[in-house]
Amino acid sequence: MDDFLIRALIAGVGVALAAGPLGAFVVWRRMAYFGDATAHAAILGVAISLGFSTSIYLGTVITAVGMGLAISALSARGHAIETSLGVLSHSALALGLVAVSFLSGVRVDLSAFLFGDILAVSTTDLWVIWGGAALVLALLAWRWQALLTATLSPDLAQSSGLNPQREQLVLTLALAVVVAVAIKVVGALLITAMLLIPATTARNLSKTPEQMAAFAVGVGILASIGGLLLSLYADTPAGPSIVLAAGGLFLLSLIGGRRA
Amino acid sequence: MSLITAQNMSVAYSDTPALSHVSFAIEPGEIVTVIGPNGSGKSTLIKALLGVLSPSTGVINRKQGLRIGYVPQKLSLDSTMPLTVKRFLSLPKHQSAADITRMLARVGIFGVEQQQMATLSGGQFQRVLLARALLVRPDVLILDEATQGLDQTGVAAFYKLIEDIRQEMGCAVLMVSHDLHVVMSATDRVICLNGHICCEGAPTVVSETPEYRALFGVGTGGTLALYQHAHDHRHDLGPSQEHDHSHCDHDHGVSSHG
Repeated sequence: MDDFLIRALIAGVGVALAAGPLGAFVVWRRMAYFGDATAHAAILGVAISLGFSTSIYLGTVITAVGMGLAISALSARGHAIETSLGVLSHSALALGLVAVSFLSGVRVDLSAFLFGDILAVSTTDLWVIWGGAALVLALLAWRWQALLTATLSPDLAQSSGLNPQREQLVLTLALAVVVAVAIKVVGALLITAMLLIPATTARNLSKTPEQMAAFAVGVGILASIGGLLLSLYADTPAGPSIVLAAGGLFLLSLIGGRRA
Repeated sequence: MSLITAQNMSVAYSDTPALSHVSFAIEPGEIVTVIGPNGSGKSTLIKALLGVLSPSTGVINRKQGLRIGYVPQKLSLDSTMPLTVKRFLSLPKHQSAADITRMLARVGIFGVEQQQMATLSGGQFQRVLLARALLVRPDVLILDEATQGLDQTGVAAFYKLIEDIRQEMGCAVLMVSHDLHVVMSATDRVICLNGHICCEGAPTVVSETPEYRALFGVGTGGTLALYQHAHDHRHDLGPSQEHDHSHCDHDHGVSSHG
């Protein structure tokens, strides 16, 4: 195998490790829109990073955290959250696309950030991806019991002395990190798919939340391998191929693993 | 020392006041029942005492290190989360398998540890919620209309269970209820709520005050009669089995064994 394929595979596994457990929370808490908005905001982050000639990861993490906090604040005030999310999410995406066009003297291939460019990840990218994934896993493992309780019922969490808002903040931060590290792998438009599809696939096979998170990691890894193979042999774009492989695994789980 | 006290507490949802100038305290080992019509602020009071809602005026004090066992009115589980009974009972603190089995047996259900929460019957679900609350060895057990969906004999059995548990564990109990009569037999103090505290006292006192009558209006007679009937029915459940309820057998089975 070529070096770039091995690097791509290591990158895919890294993203799957973090996206599996976090994706489970995205499914349980119905945060798909939230994920989309955060990922779309990351394109604005890309524009800012290019404008200031700084690391793409830094720019995307900052805008993703900013978007996540804004949404959390809105939903805490009881706004009609889906409408606000739609407005914020697409405005941020459009603003990012417009901002990039203003960058004079920079030839930017935006599709690399919209759909990912996993075959072009460098060794440095791998360090960032795995570092980010480790950070997210550590954060989720540390808050796991509290996060589950707050997800089941904020009132139950509060009565046990936990603060549901703090747990929401933990998820917002984790989501921002996953968006930043996944943007080169599957791209801003398909990050939510890598959160939703493996976790949903794992649902049909699991009896406990922990099983679901672990199976989601497995499904994500399988999808990365399958997608890269598809890309290699059929010359398809790698990011979308990975998502497509995940979708295929979901179909299989519907047929094979339906529990009673 | 009181477990929880609220002084001159008011709570509002945006601009709509839900509770005004409520002063409340619960002592160790005491059973307090809060009654009142829909929208009278019963759940709001509970949520303020738990710390879910912050009062707009007044102060709430909880005893240092107070352990609260909370049984919510309902818990809508998202079908996307797989959750066994055993796993649920280990949230948020890990509990040993032996403790879980023992506590499930104490609340009267057996062999459900590996069952998915979503497959439990209403009565079983309620008892699992109670078991979870008891596993933290609470100083105070807070139940928000925990008997919703149970039939009259089921409610009576549930309150008997709560009373026994209070005896064993010595915890205080704060419950919200629609059902005055069945509560009356176990409760030390009833608080009648309708935006503010209408009246407060031993159960027999409350049902005779004009405020209580005013709250429930002409419905009082019917409601009380219904509860009176439940009382008779409970006593009928001895070996003689004088059943006058055509559909009672089924409901009774579900709620007492379920």
